[in-house]
Amino acid sequence: MSRTFVGWPAFPEAAVAATSDEQLRANVTRATGTIRAKRARLVAERPDWEDLRDSAAALKNDVLAHLDSYLLQVEQKVTAAGGAVHWARDAAEANRIVTDLVRATGEREIVKVKSMLTEEIGLDNALEEVGISARETDLAAAIVQLGDDLPSHVVVPALHRNRAEIRDIFVREMGRHGRPAPEGLTDDPPQLAEAARLHMREKFLKAKVAVSGANFLVAETGTAVVVESEGNGRMCLTLADTLISLVGIEKIVPRWQDLEVFLQLLARNATGERMAPYTTTWTGVIPGDGPQTFHLVLVDNGRTRALADEVGRQALRCIRCGACMNICPVYERTGGQAYGSVYPGPIGAILNPLLKGPDDPQTASLPYASSLCGACNDVCPVRIRFTDVLLELRHQVAEGDAKVKHPAEKAALRAVGAVMDHPAAWNAAVRAAGKAGPLVPKNRLPGPLGGWTDSRRTPDIPKESFRAWWKRTEGGSR
Amino acid sequence: MTSARDEILARIRAATADLPADPVEIPRSYLPHAPGIELHDREAVLALFAERLEEYGATVHRAGTADLASALAAALPAGRVVVPEGFPAAWLREWTGEAVPDHPPLPHAELDSLDAVLTTCAAGVADSGTLVLDAGPGQGRRAATLLPDLHVCVVRATQVVSSIPEVMARLDPRRPLTWISGPSATADIEMIRVPGVHGPRRLTVLLVADSS
Ligand code: SF4
Repeated sequence: MSRTFVGWPAFPEAAVAATSDEQLRANVTRATGTIRAKRARLVAERPDWEDLRDSAAALKNDVLAHLDSYLLQVEQKVTAAGGAVHWARDAAEANRIVTDLVRATGEREIVKVKSMLTEEIGLDNALEEVGISARETDLAAAIVQLGDDLPSHVVVPALHRNRAEIRDIFVREMGRHGRPAPEGLTDDPPQLAEAARLHMREKFLKAKVAVSGANFLVAETGTAVVVESEGNGRMCLTLADTLISLVGIEKIVPRWQDLEVFLQLLARNATGERMAPYTTTWTGVIPGDGPQTFHLVLVDNGRTRALADEVGRQALRCIRCGACMNICPVYERTGGQAYGSVYPGPIGAILNPLLKGPDDPQTASLPYASSLCGACNDVCPVRIRFTDVLLELRHQVAEGDAKVKHPAEKAALRAVGAVMDHPAAWNAAVRAAGKAGPLVPKNRLPGPLGGWTDSRRTPDIPKESFRAWWKRTEGGSR
Repeated sequence: MTSARDEILARIRAATADLPADPVEIPRSYLPHAPGIELHDREAVLALFAERLEEYGATVHRAGTADLASALAAALPAGRVVVPEGFPAAWLREWTGEAVPDHPPLPHAELDSLDAVLTTCAAGVADSGTLVLDAGPGQGRRAATLLPDLHVCVVRATQVVSSIPEVMARLDPRRPLTWISGPSATADIEMIRVPGVHGPRRLTVLLVADSS
């Protein structure tokens, strides 16, 4: 059974453990620093970047406001194109649908394209319980799976591992799941990639069933879209006889043409490339080309709960580019696993309580896993106002029906304080938030948010902007 | 018993009851064309297309229709190459390797053992350095452009547009589309870009000027 985040400690505890792991912090700092630099260069290349963000946010707002009719449109189009559409209220129902579909094929080993949703619902374990082995084929997802580890980033789930650790995992584990790592494997990245290629190729050529997610689902046409780099996605989406795609109900874009907005934003913001090497789009079943059986599973699992939250619903605009975690000073110091979810960083801090409700110590602690510096607001391609949602969720934890109140808050703020224990970082963060709007009053937050400022001294507004500080200090590492 | 479908739809309607029923207005002020390129400057569009593809590790050759056959002969390996139906046979007259048809469809293991795949494409996008294949004539099914290690693609200059917004209208979403921006690559190990993981490790593009 693979590891899951079930029973994971609340953020404060997890953060303390993570920040004391020097190797992990070094790996995360190096990776996020590299992506930030690439992204900044590629975003600067687009004079219309802010316009693209405006369009993307508006398109997603339109989708959320009319989600019922867009979903019905998807269902109709996919069915007309020879696919089967299933609906799942929660993780258990989604897992049951998929296990039944795979069992009906009689297959015992299937291949998977990296998908956050299947991680979220724990699909691999559900399949394993009925004796089906689901193998991850994305290099990073495979590193996590082979290492019996947990993901720490939405785009690069193994970002917390360095090359030496990856080599050891390959040498130790590959042979237990198929073709072993080549003799004398070193930790040279091209050699490691080659080992993954050989190990996976054997699986791609055998696999009859593939499971994927989708980055987008076009309502107008029923077209599903998967964006990837390595070609593992193409292998799964093309070579299997049966394809099962699980898609969160918020992943819709209205029209075919609207993909132009998201395809221009996604890779640039995620990995600092103009386009990822491969994008595959397909509509239902295509006779003579690719899987001849296609199942689309539309999954709620808390999304309608989030949708009902007037402030929080904007979190459902997220296209999972990972930029908010790459820029976040708290994420950089704790790594992704401290958030106790497959969605870490700023988006995890708001999405998890919105999906699951803030009623347990783990989710209740997440809205406090932030310095409120607002850097995430600036990089999000769909303009999610994280700081607004974080404050609203803190309010809900402190004043609402949540069973968990101030203890979680105090502890989490102490943890963030410890993580952010760097006056320059704190000052710069407050400065950025102050610039962003009247979110963080100079001295004390009003009303129910008072507890937040109670637990720490609010420093003066500094002169340097957050991003200037971030750049000068290379993310606080200097 | 309510079905999952009805229950989810009901939850959605309840969750969005506070929102206006009108469609949300979508601003579209982003650029319809690649930044910095004059729309009618075809040479600039083609130069950008080649530059962007090369930047991500593809090899690009320019050829005229007259020297296309010799350019192809130079770009293709001597061995066995899968050539989909509809690929112009005349273009292969100077190449001495073996053209393997994918008709009836070759087993995956056989495709895996071939030296290269040769195709045309549906469109090219300069700004992002992207080829789009839609399984039309000369392009074949998706598995054929995936398993061989080298993909050689012939792109006609008239197929290249400057930007993603321009290409959308040229594509038919009912067809299976593969958008290829350079050869396969990963950055999953310490964010170092390594070419060639599961897809073709090498991508060669022949950009053909249209004669008339
Ligand atoms: S919240 Fe925004 S920045 Fe973060 S992953 Fe989602 S889309 Fe990207």
